[in-house]
Amino acid sequence: MPRAMRCGFHGAAVRDSVRAVRRNGRLADVDTIETLRGQRGDVGHLFQGDRVHRDVYTSPEIFALEQERLFARTWQFLGHASQVPKPGDFVTTEIAGRPLILVRAADKSLSVVMNRCAHKGAKVLTEATGSTGRALRCPYHGWSYRLDGSLLGLPIQKDYEGTRLRECENGKGLERIASAERRGFVFVRLGGEGPSFEEYFGPALSFLDMMADRSPEGELEAIMPPLRVSIKCNWKIYLENINDSLHVFAAHEPTMIAGRQIWSPKTPDEPRPMPVEQLAGFQAGTGFEFIEKMGARVMPEGHSLLGLAASVHSHYGEDPAYLAAMTKAYGEERAKAILAYMPQNGVMYPSVALKGSPQVMRVLRPIAADRTVLEAWCFRAKGAPPMLAERSMLYNRLVFSPLSLVAQDDVHLFETAQKSLLASGNPWVSLHRGHRPGEENDFGKDKSGIDEIVMRNQHRAWAKYMAPAWSGGRA
Amino acid sequence: MSARTLPAETDLAAFVYREARLVDERRFHEWLDLFAEDGRYWLPMRREQTDPSAEQSITVEDKPLLLKARVLRLASGKAYSDQPPVRCQHVLQAPAVEEIDHGANRYRTHTPFFYAEYRQGEQLVLAGTARHTLRLEGGALRIVEKRVDLLGAGNAIPSIFLMP
Repeated sequence: MPRAMRCGFHGAAVRDSVRAVRRNGRLADVDTIETLRGQRGDVGHLFQGDRVHRDVYTSPEIFALEQERLFARTWQFLGHASQVPKPGDFVTTEIAGRPLILVRAADKSLSVVMNRCAHKGAKVLTEATGSTGRALRCPYHGWSYRLDGSLLGLPIQKDYEGTRLRECENGKGLERIASAERRGFVFVRLGGEGPSFEEYFGPALSFLDMMADRSPEGELEAIMPPLRVSIKCNWKIYLENINDSLHVFAAHEPTMIAGRQIWSPKTPDEPRPMPVEQLAGFQAGTGFEFIEKMGARVMPEGHSLLGLAASVHSHYGEDPAYLAAMTKAYGEERAKAILAYMPQNGVMYPSVALKGSPQVMRVLRPIAADRTVLEAWCFRAKGAPPMLAERSMLYNRLVFSPLSLVAQDDVHLFETAQKSLLASGNPWVSLHRGHRPGEENDFGKDKSGIDEIVMRNQHRAWAKYMAPAWSGGRA
Repeated sequence: MSARTLPAETDLAAFVYREARLVDERRFHEWLDLFAEDGRYWLPMRREQTDPSAEQSITVEDKPLLLKARVLRLASGKAYSDQPPVRCQHVLQAPAVEEIDHGANRYRTHTPFFYAEYRQGEQLVLAGTARHTLRLEGGALRIVEKRVDLLGAGNAIPSIFLMP
């Protein structure tokens, strides 16, 4: 088949190329990705409104395009301001294939630069965290940079006189990356095009307030390091599951049963130990009716909120000293409103999910089409008793960690799905639950907690941000 | 070791070998019985970590609640990720005895290991060090704490389905 005719059968073309990649044992087929780009790289038709083509989850070529488009045009969480309190403090990380440095400058401002020397590409910093003083210096040949990334000095400067170095990118220093901070949460936009931070997240920015408002001082401190789990599945399989309230009753049944067996109250009012309280969220007592009623809302750009009226976290008891501190800080009415607001998950598409209580955040780091690293972050709410941080850390261990009794079944299912989606046969993944024609603009409307609209809404944003040329319109 | 004698170095080593073997043979209830009632299974993220409540850990499980839940879940035969049953193999270096304190009833060992886990057609291999703190209860050694420092624990590691 001539290459030009593949366009209309895009899914099949990608599948063929995946087979070719396997045969050759290479990671990416340069011809094929160039072909995708050449065909105007239109992949939007792989989402049909109520179902998704498997290539969206399995194709290395699509993954490469995601790194260039979706993850470059949208905003990703990098780190928390509390990780770099003093001038010169830095953290390094890698997001969508870009090695990055977050550093605090002398004037206390934060900057994000590419962790790649403008000379020959060596990593300037290899520690995860530390202090770099007043400058960044590459260990290879000693090129140095100011904390905003601009070039500070070169060894034996005179040899560059009369060369074109100062006129080109290499002479400008470390590439600067657009960043934005809200309530201590630092986000980056890796590419040069795309919406502003405020425009992109819109109402979803309130999820960050939901986290920080739970501190009587309105400030959080990240408890480092986050848990990190390497999972052999596409990042979207994990992301869809974050707001998949239905799977809890099937996938986690054995853990629910074990959770019920380990403890019973000696007296009717004996308070539940914290692990029992948290596992109770996964117990059938909550039931289908409960998750239906807990409600969901979708927002532009793929963001969503699950658990409007209630969530599996609603029954958590609070320390009286904490309640008193919150009332003192915010007044009774506002404190009550902050504490009553505990959705299951606020998703800031494409890579962040937040829980106000128990104060945890999940961040997805896409590594390959079939590999994702999950980071599970915890925060200490300044001015709150230690119980809150303990609850936050316990939740991450119990539900997200590499040894978690809950995550084991999720990971098993994600990984088997990732493998079986490669098989021939029906290539479509179903997201039909609750689908109605014309739902594309149902932003802010109350939906059932088991409506797959939260996932369809993510794929609509995916198609928008995967467009070959950035148009700037809203999803 | 009879009820009247105090544990010697060889008894401590034999205990550590048996503990690993019970997991390898999927004798989970017997494994749980090796823990003291206040016993703890702890996998920190950092070797320097001394307090499980100060920062995140891969897991901290007290015997009566979460460690028991782990064993009940595996023993139920219903966990999807355990179908077919996951198997593991500990390969232990000879345990080094770090402390024998009969007066304080405290015994500590240090055991580097390789741990392999076979699941869904794939084998995962991890390395690490297990540190056991034991005490004598009614003539039998029991685990007060089993601390496992995995190599690379602070970085992204795959899910682990049994107990290194």
